[in-house]
Amino acid sequence: MASGNSETTTLQGPGGSATTLIVPLPVKVIVAGGFAVGKTTTVGAISEIEPLTTEAVITQVSAGVDDVTGAEDKRSTTVAMDFGRVGLGPELVLYLFGTPGQERFRFMWDDLVRGAVGAVVLVDTTRLADCFPAIDYFESRRVPFVVALNCFHGQVAHAVEEVREALQVDVSVPMILMDARDRESVRSTLIELVRHAMARAGG
Amino acid sequence: MTDHGWDRGVAARVRPYAITGGRTPSTSALPYETMIQTTVAGRRALPRLVLEWRLVVELCGRPLSVAEISAHLKLALGVAMVIVGDLKTEGLVATSQPRTSRDDRPDIELLERVLDGLRQL
Repeated sequence: MASGNSETTTLQGPGGSATTLIVPLPVKVIVAGGFAVGKTTTVGAISEIEPLTTEAVITQVSAGVDDVTGAEDKRSTTVAMDFGRVGLGPELVLYLFGTPGQERFRFMWDDLVRGAVGAVVLVDTTRLADCFPAIDYFESRRVPFVVALNCFHGQVAHAVEEVREALQVDVSVPMILMDARDRESVRSTLIELVRHAMARAGG
Repeated sequence: MTDHGWDRGVAARVRPYAITGGRTPSTSALPYETMIQTTVAGRRALPRLVLEWRLVVELCGRPLSVAEISAHLKLALGVAMVIVGDLKTEGLVATSQPRTSRDDRPDIELLERVLDGLRQL
């Protein structure tokens, strides 16, 4: 196909003429961080739609049990995620998924990060420890990430290098001051993330 | 609440897979950002489709992700995946899945397109 990028389906249109449907290609970025750190604000600042909420129901099935009729009795956990979308031209759509950063949601991150460009770890410098689980996870799964220090009115409680030391992240990981309410600020963070992912991919 | 999933907001929460007859996504579940668009065959099939399947076909006249379908129809993600899987098998929707290289990350060429797109926003 001319674009060679989107999945293309050729169909028989009315009167037997072939019509081609080009479905845009999706890419995604994960926005992770502790409770109320500004994940949805970040998504909303750049999304072309009001952030939407979706619920993933994770059903934990006991090993060795394979009783489909007992579906109602399986233990399930519901995790809500806010997300937004940004069209990047007619054939490419970027989705931003905000995900709870707590350790107890770790089990669902494997599904979420598959195929992601990378992650923005949002940090409130007055509650640094809240982002530890997310950073540990992305490091262990080799998911490219940047650390964004959410600063309101351009102020942060600590200097960037102090935070880097406290978080013990590698010097190669970009640390960015970001105002989650500001579209330009969020856009710059995303650009930094993609550049970091490209460097990691050897480009 | 009924057992038929009509009150979807409640049913999706309480008994998420009642709508799909207890079927859950397979191990090759669709990524949340997979994009869906109704085909000509899908539009033609509308009158014979049952409720949730019909709603998805109606909604996807323009391309939407599985996550958006889930949010708009108040269906759990897994339920939306099962329905989209059914529709795709029947050729009633076309899908576009994220393109990744061997390490499960987007390749350089795709990252460049994302970068260009963000710069032009």
